[in-house]
Amino acid sequence: MSLYSVQKLLFHLNRDPRVRRCFDEDFEGLLTEYELSQEERAAVRQPDLGLLYVMGVNGQILMHYAALRGYEWRAYIEALREGERRYGPVRAGLYTRAEGR
Amino acid sequence: MSLVFAGVCSHAPGITGRKEMADPTVRDPLYRAFDRMRAALEATRPDALIVIAAEHFANFFMNNMPAFCVGMADHYEGPIEDEAWLGIQRRRIPGAEALSHGLIQEVMNDVDLAYAQEWKFDHGLMVPLHFLTPRYDLPVVPVNINCQGPPLIPLHRCYALGRALKRACAARAERIALIGTGGISHWPATPDSGRINEAWDRNFLTKLLANNREDLLAYRDDETWREAGQGGFEIRTFISVAGAAEGHTGELWFYAPIPIFAVGCTVAVMNIS
Ligand SMILES: [Fe+2]
Repeated sequence: MSLYSVQKLLFHLNRDPRVRRCFDEDFEGLLTEYELSQEERAAVRQPDLGLLYVMGVNGQILMHYAALRGYEWRAYIEALREGERRYGPVRAGLYTRAEGR
Repeated sequence: MSLVFAGVCSHAPGITGRKEMADPTVRDPLYRAFDRMRAALEATRPDALIVIAAEHFANFFMNNMPAFCVGMADHYEGPIEDEAWLGIQRRRIPGAEALSHGLIQEVMNDVDLAYAQEWKFDHGLMVPLHFLTPRYDLPVVPVNINCQGPPLIPLHRCYALGRALKRACAARAERIALIGTGGISHWPATPDSGRINEAWDRNFLTKLLANNREDLLAYRDDETWREAGQGGFEIRTFISVAGAAEGHTGELWFYAPIPIFAVGCTVAVMNIS
């Protein structure tokens, strides 16, 4: 349900140097500023990129968080594949459907 | 004056960021096609360049997502991404404040716009600029269409945006070039990254370059999502250029699927003059 909040946290981390500083200095404090479930908080903290992807985080946001956490491109893609193997198909968000018109 | 140039090209971050990983026999012809486009653009002696792009959660997020947004700043900065990741150095990009203001005012007769006096360019703008204005000496008017996720603006509104931009340009003294930039089929930043539906791409490009409005507007997002991936939503930028070049056909200068760049790389120009 709080996919929006997870994506918002990662979007801020990607784009806002002040949030990036909080990540360096007080990661736990930063996490409390967003309405995250236990599972989401753990996935961001670890990071479990595969689980974040399965939760529905958009890859355009997730790939930058992956780079921030030291993942090279191929390792990032492999982490997503591992997520699908471990947790099953994507649960929510853009990759589950499109609203046609 | 009015529009003096219209074209479309790809903007995938791999084109600059993963260039060492690509096969040079297909990569270098792409770079040459970009260079040909730069030369053609320069030959039209533009005073400014409008780039219709599809940014990827760089400035705009779901807290306040504009369907259309036009930049109105005196200058911009980019890339917003890590410089090493994109392979492009951060720099200042000149804007065209007065032109932006005039275009926005005029376009709003036909299409509702958001506008922004601050804008950090992501790869969607920086990759085309890297090739087309390598000295960053041409003032830029960035235009964004939300192509990242639903609710998505209908395709006929994108065509209408192109038409409105063309009309607005015709009312200006400046010579204005226009580029639309997006992927065709692709599944960027997902486990399917590198998958490309070449047949779908070529079919779309044929319709785009024939500039048949009915054919272009017949695409449906659910079908696009299935056959061309969520990256296929970026056809909106190309369709806007078709609207701006209404009545004119185009020419394909380059197309090749390059999986490590995660997209069928494209350079095409509309014959507007
Ligand atoms: Fe894109």
